[in-house]
Amino acid sequence: MAMTMTTMAATETASGPAGHVPPSKMEVSGLDVFYGANQALFDVDMNVAENRVSALIGPSGCGKSTFLRCLNRMNDIIEGCKVSGNVLLDGNDIYARELDVVQLRARVGMVFQKPNPFPKSIYDNVAYGPRIHGLAENAGELDEIVENSLRRAGLFEEVAERMSASGTSLSGGQQQRLCIARAIAISPEVILMDEPCSALDPIATAKVEELIDALKQDFTIAIVTHNMQQAARVSQYTAFFHLGKLVEFGETEAIFTNPEEKRTQDYITGRFG
Amino acid sequence: MTGAGWQVSKHSARRLKKRYRRERWLKALGVLAITVALGVLVLLLGSVIARGYPAFVKTEIALEVNFKAELIDPGQPGGGRYGRIIRNALFAAFPDVRERAERRRLLKLISRGARFELRRMVESDPELVGTVKKVWLTASSDVDMLTKGSLPRDVPQDERRLSDRQLTWLDSLDAAENVRTRFNWQFFFGSDSREPELAGIGGALAGSFWTLAITLILAFPLGVGAAIYLQEFAPKNRLTDFIEVNINNLAAVPSIVFGLLGLAIFIQLFELPRSTAIVGGLTLMLMTLPTIIIATRAALAAVPPSIREAAHGVGASPLQVVTHHVLPLAMPGIMTGTIIGMARALGETAPLLMIGMVAFIVDIPAAPFDSATALPVQIFLWADSPERGFTEKMSAAIIVLLAFLIIMNALAVYLRRRFEIRW
Ligand SMILES: Nc1ncnc2c1ncn2[C@@H]1O[C@H](COP(=O)(O)OP(=O)(O)OP(=O)(O)O)[C@@H](O)[C@H]1O
Ligand SMILES: [Mg+2]
Repeated sequence: MAMTMTTMAATETASGPAGHVPPSKMEVSGLDVFYGANQALFDVDMNVAENRVSALIGPSGCGKSTFLRCLNRMNDIIEGCKVSGNVLLDGNDIYARELDVVQLRARVGMVFQKPNPFPKSIYDNVAYGPRIHGLAENAGELDEIVENSLRRAGLFEEVAERMSASGTSLSGGQQQRLCIARAIAISPEVILMDEPCSALDPIATAKVEELIDALKQDFTIAIVTHNMQQAARVSQYTAFFHLGKLVEFGETEAIFTNPEEKRTQDYITGRFG
Repeated sequence: MTGAGWQVSKHSARRLKKRYRRERWLKALGVLAITVALGVLVLLLGSVIARGYPAFVKTEIALEVNFKAELIDPGQPGGGRYGRIIRNALFAAFPDVRERAERRRLLKLISRGARFELRRMVESDPELVGTVKKVWLTASSDVDMLTKGSLPRDVPQDERRLSDRQLTWLDSLDAAENVRTRFNWQFFFGSDSREPELAGIGGALAGSFWTLAITLILAFPLGVGAAIYLQEFAPKNRLTDFIEVNINNLAAVPSIVFGLLGLAIFIQLFELPRSTAIVGGLTLMLMTLPTIIIATRAALAAVPPSIREAAHGVGASPLQVVTHHVLPLAMPGIMTGTIIGMARALGETAPLLMIGMVAFIVDIPAAPFDSATALPVQIFLWADSPERGFTEKMSAAIIVLLAFLIIMNALAVYLRRRFEIRW
């Protein structure tokens, strides 16, 4: 056990991105979530490292989306959902009474599991967030934000000619990238992505992965994925959830090469799921 | 022709046949049901239209009218003796009618309201005084209906409203091309009258307009606001459950009960004037409110939760989520519900009877505080009237009411189709 730890530390120094342990952007401890009488998450402790990508993996229904939604309090709008435990953003409790949830969501953006563009124009889909948060001084700036966001989401070329077409007229994969553009347009500090590539072809997936890699310079990212290769490719940290519990959490390389738990190993190698 | 490899066993062939037979039966029943429904509709519309359409034209009789200066003071044309003028004109047209009783019968050819038509002419053009002019005057209801064929001619005299003598006079007028039928604008712009040939729905239309305007102005914002609060913001607890159940109950309360409520609250408690559009509008507002609330809540609930999530996710406040995203998407449904509620209010009679909007009103209401009646109440009043001439007016008023209802419902369907957003 001790030896494993040392090896891990050595690998970290050799190949780790910065060579030191990054500070935590978000710290979660003792998180329990109930949907009515059903408990979906049990006592989860996990830190989300700043300017890193953390992947959440686990079989369907294990609570990955639920966990993600706790990080920007999207569970608030679900009828009968109760959350207890601590979730800190930069050391501040996001469930504190005086915290403004609207501002929290401007700092912690989200891309949902199912693409959900507004039934408005492509332009307005992306411009909506910056508009309500007053991020642009004038129309020119807003245009710039929209174009930049669409470019970063790898969608700009495809939609440049039809910015006023409805967001819902795009293909599923394009819609998902539009939602990514919408999320990054408000320049959040943390971006939560719930299976952003589930509707994408390999080329678009590669683009999104590139995007995630680029985004981690400026943002902290948590991503849910069912694709093990993807988790291995894009993330620095991986959390494995099973039946509402966080089974194992650590550096991606360690999780994939040398998991401590048998369940993790079985899941990663495809023996159950 | 038999598809290669498409073998059907005897057993399944029999089952297939049975299935087809059942489907044919179901289709036949459906077609039958629709045919019956359409038949009844055609019958209803047909009979109403057949009885009502003659009311859209009216008969006029031309007379050589002498606007004698002795009978009209040019300084005060309103005080002229126009009845006398018409009598003179008629007697001049039929100089051989001398007997008093006969002369009275002769007068029956022209509407009793004709003198007001003359007065209006002179009032708008005082130059007429002292001249002789051919003037078209409204014929009496009996003449009107006979000319339009609504009353039979070829029956014994005592089964007719007009005597043989009167028919002869009418024929001689007709022969001289002094009888004509014209489109009856007065039916649309005139108000109620004791004389069927003069009665119009203008007053009732204005009354309905003011009533519905009050209803819409109050019920729409109140109903939509209440629905938004209940659906989007109110906590879900016993109290809101209780309110929800009671709103649904209210929607099912018979309209006459709302009439009683309106009477008790608006007239007896707040002492608003009886028979006015304001009270009618307030009462119908009470009745329409539950309909609008229910329709609005349904429309709001139909907006997919993913849109709400998306809006919350980019940091929209709860109010922004509703006003920027949910409400625009729900608007077609809200409009549809509102229009259907208004259509129901337009056709409502019973509550208006309770608050006294059933009076005989000659003046066209110009404001919500004027005494008024409404279109369905006018129909009710005319249906109650013994004179034959009003039956035709009633059917015509029903046609107009149905036309409005059809237009409103078509508008609701159009709005739903046009603004329905697919996602
Ligand atoms: N809105 C909800 N109401 C009630 N129960 C819910 C709700 N959302 C999720 N759950 C329950 O919580 C548990 C975890 O669900 P969650 O959506 O977090 O799973 P997941 O790990 O994201 O699965 P998937 O990979 O299929 O997306 C499941 O058992 C699910 O039934
Ligand atoms: Mg999920």
